[in-house]
Amino acid sequence: MDVVMLSRLQFAVAVFFHFIFVPLTLGLSILLAYMETRYVMTGDEMWKKQTKFWGKLFIINFTLGVVTGITLEFQFGTNWSRYSEYVGDIFGSLLAIEATVAFFLESTFLAVWHFGWNRVGKKTHLFAIWMVAIAGNISALWIIIANGWMQNPVGYVLRNGRAELDNFLTVVQNPYAWGIYAHTVSSAWMLGGFFVLGVSAWHLLRNADNVFFRRSFRMAAPFTLVMVALVALAGHHQGGTVAQLQPAKLAAMEAQWETEKNAPFHMLLIPDVANETNSVQALSVPGLMSWIAYGDVNAEVKGLKDFPKEDRPPVAPTFWSFRIMLALGGLFALLALVSFVVRNASVKPSRLLKALVWCIPLPYVAIMLGWAVAEIGRQPWIVYNLMRTTDAVSPVPESNVLISLVAFIVVYSALGALDILLLCKYARKGPQE
Amino acid sequence: MLETTWFILWGLLWAVYFILDGFDLGLGSLLPFIAKNEGERRIVYNAAGPFWDGNEVWLITAGGVTFAAFPKAYAVMFSALYAPLLILLFALIFRAVSFEFRNKVDSNAWRSLWDGVHFITNFLPALLLGVAFANLFMGIPIDAQGVYQGTLFTLLNPYGLAGGVFFVVIFAMHGALWLAFKSEGALQTRAIGTALILWPVVLLLLLAFLGLSAFYTQLFANYVANPALFIIPVIVVLGLAGVRAFLTSGKILLAWCSSAVFLLGVTFFGVIGMFPGMIMSSLNPEWSVTAFNAASSPLTLKIMLGVALVMVPIVLVYQFWMYRLFSHTLKAEDIKNDSHAY
Repeated sequence: MDVVMLSRLQFAVAVFFHFIFVPLTLGLSILLAYMETRYVMTGDEMWKKQTKFWGKLFIINFTLGVVTGITLEFQFGTNWSRYSEYVGDIFGSLLAIEATVAFFLESTFLAVWHFGWNRVGKKTHLFAIWMVAIAGNISALWIIIANGWMQNPVGYVLRNGRAELDNFLTVVQNPYAWGIYAHTVSSAWMLGGFFVLGVSAWHLLRNADNVFFRRSFRMAAPFTLVMVALVALAGHHQGGTVAQLQPAKLAAMEAQWETEKNAPFHMLLIPDVANETNSVQALSVPGLMSWIAYGDVNAEVKGLKDFPKEDRPPVAPTFWSFRIMLALGGLFALLALVSFVVRNASVKPSRLLKALVWCIPLPYVAIMLGWAVAEIGRQPWIVYNLMRTTDAVSPVPESNVLISLVAFIVVYSALGALDILLLCKYARKGPQE
Repeated sequence: MLETTWFILWGLLWAVYFILDGFDLGLGSLLPFIAKNEGERRIVYNAAGPFWDGNEVWLITAGGVTFAAFPKAYAVMFSALYAPLLILLFALIFRAVSFEFRNKVDSNAWRSLWDGVHFITNFLPALLLGVAFANLFMGIPIDAQGVYQGTLFTLLNPYGLAGGVFFVVIFAMHGALWLAFKSEGALQTRAIGTALILWPVVLLLLLAFLGLSAFYTQLFANYVANPALFIIPVIVVLGLAGVRAFLTSGKILLAWCSSAVFLLGVTFFGVIGMFPGMIMSSLNPEWSVTAFNAASSPLTLKIMLGVALVMVPIVLVYQFWMYRLFSHTLKAEDIKNDSHAY
């Protein structure tokens, strides 16, 4: 393998591992802020207990999220130095803004919240968790604006042999970024909801009368349902944006080889990449593909064959990631709907509860797949239509990258396993005191 | 002018990072030597408790600002220092984990394991940061394209290693002072004693480092050209003198603040000496990456300056508030009864 492939793999390992922790931080912080708000408003000790129990899991999850994030920021320099030099004027400033606007806020107020239960007043303590929740979601915005610029570079000029900032507002208002932000944040909140539902389900399976987890369940069910709907809406909207801005990605997502009007959507589809066709196409809905992409059943959808081969993204991983994500989305809708319906039932169906426990990892999988679509679908470009991934990599020896990649895989696997074990341990233990 | 302003801010961000993360890295490097029992070990951990995470954000910001204001310097520096930087990052990951995991399983073997990890992962970053910055002060072998022509071992030259040892000892003293501020009784006495033992070592290393700098680097050239700049070495000396003076008169917090001034001075001694160089090429001075040939466009520098001038003071205010909130003396008994403590 060459330096480019090794560096891509390393970045994929680092970013996917980081993103195990991020969505739960985003989603659970909002739920924690809600729980503590209820506590402060009503004085009900049960809400305090809820905050503390879910807060403990939040903290275990948070730490690894922070430090794996530092690695990511530095990897642009270590492994993608030519990219960094070419686009740092824009991309670097967005990362720096993220740190100054959001990371300080998040880390400082998390410390106040975590260590301050007996040191600050109730209202200050509540304020702290809201700051954590808001800061986390703000940091997601800036990093996604940075990613959005790689997907749809705007507001720049090519000058002095690099991309320089031309209009900051245009960069910040990038429609791609805001669309993917809505999709990412709602899916992270949904993941938080399923996490709470899943852990609660585990306890309710053992004791249907567990008052504590009945309340957690009742709180999370409507939240999760709303989020599933928002994920779908934002995702659909983003599909339209991708159709306009990145037609090659859209074609790869749907394994659309030929350019056609009134393009159908095939429920069952198996692409045959070698022969540039699909070996199975069944359960087709005429015009649905055109409608999804352009809101018009007669619109023309551009096929992969109309793009030069060297400009096409890898079709198989893009297509399958997207398909499996969609299927999981359907499952989430079903689970969230049933959970919502039975949220007040004194005994909830044990099949649902079991499914919720086993489904705790699935929103993570779906989110990873979504990012795989976004990032693999952007290839062969690191900055869409502006810089190729092969031109972006650092001039470092292959051996260095190979060693660090192996180190990443070994260390991250071990830490990930340990972190999950600890989360399980404390999740099973239930609330203390 | 914009480039120069950003160069100074860049140095300032690194200095603030060294001052803040310096004490908690120092605390961790002292852990096996200064804490005699479980209660004291937990005090050492919790003395860094609410702070280490926010302190590390200064590293993220220093990195981010290098990226934003001097993309070429970021690209060359981070790819040239590939191996030490990744070791640093892995160390920081394990350090965070050692804080978080140590008390999550009730077993002495488990805790000892993480104590070992904690020591190594605090000592290593201090050492690596010292080695890296000493090499930046001296210059590294980069070619005309900014491609690094050495290996990890190129960095482990006498001057680089001296820088590493210097940082480890400064951070250890800085950490001992913080521990003295946060503890009481026997542990506090030991922390003060440790700082007093380390003080002459720091002084000797400082003199050695200045001497070696005259021999290995061009740092003094800017000072000779502008003698007014000698105020910076004077601040270094005053800061270090203040540490001892305040410590012996029992003003521990002021001693720590003096140590912070000392660290600020040491960082700026190097940074100002380098100006406008950021990564000097030891192969050919014309290949050096400077504040001028690495800077972002004026528009980006202006926007970032606006962001920094608004946000950094706000950050400093709430971080200061947080430090005051957690400035109380730690007692082993309180930590034992606090389910949120490390």
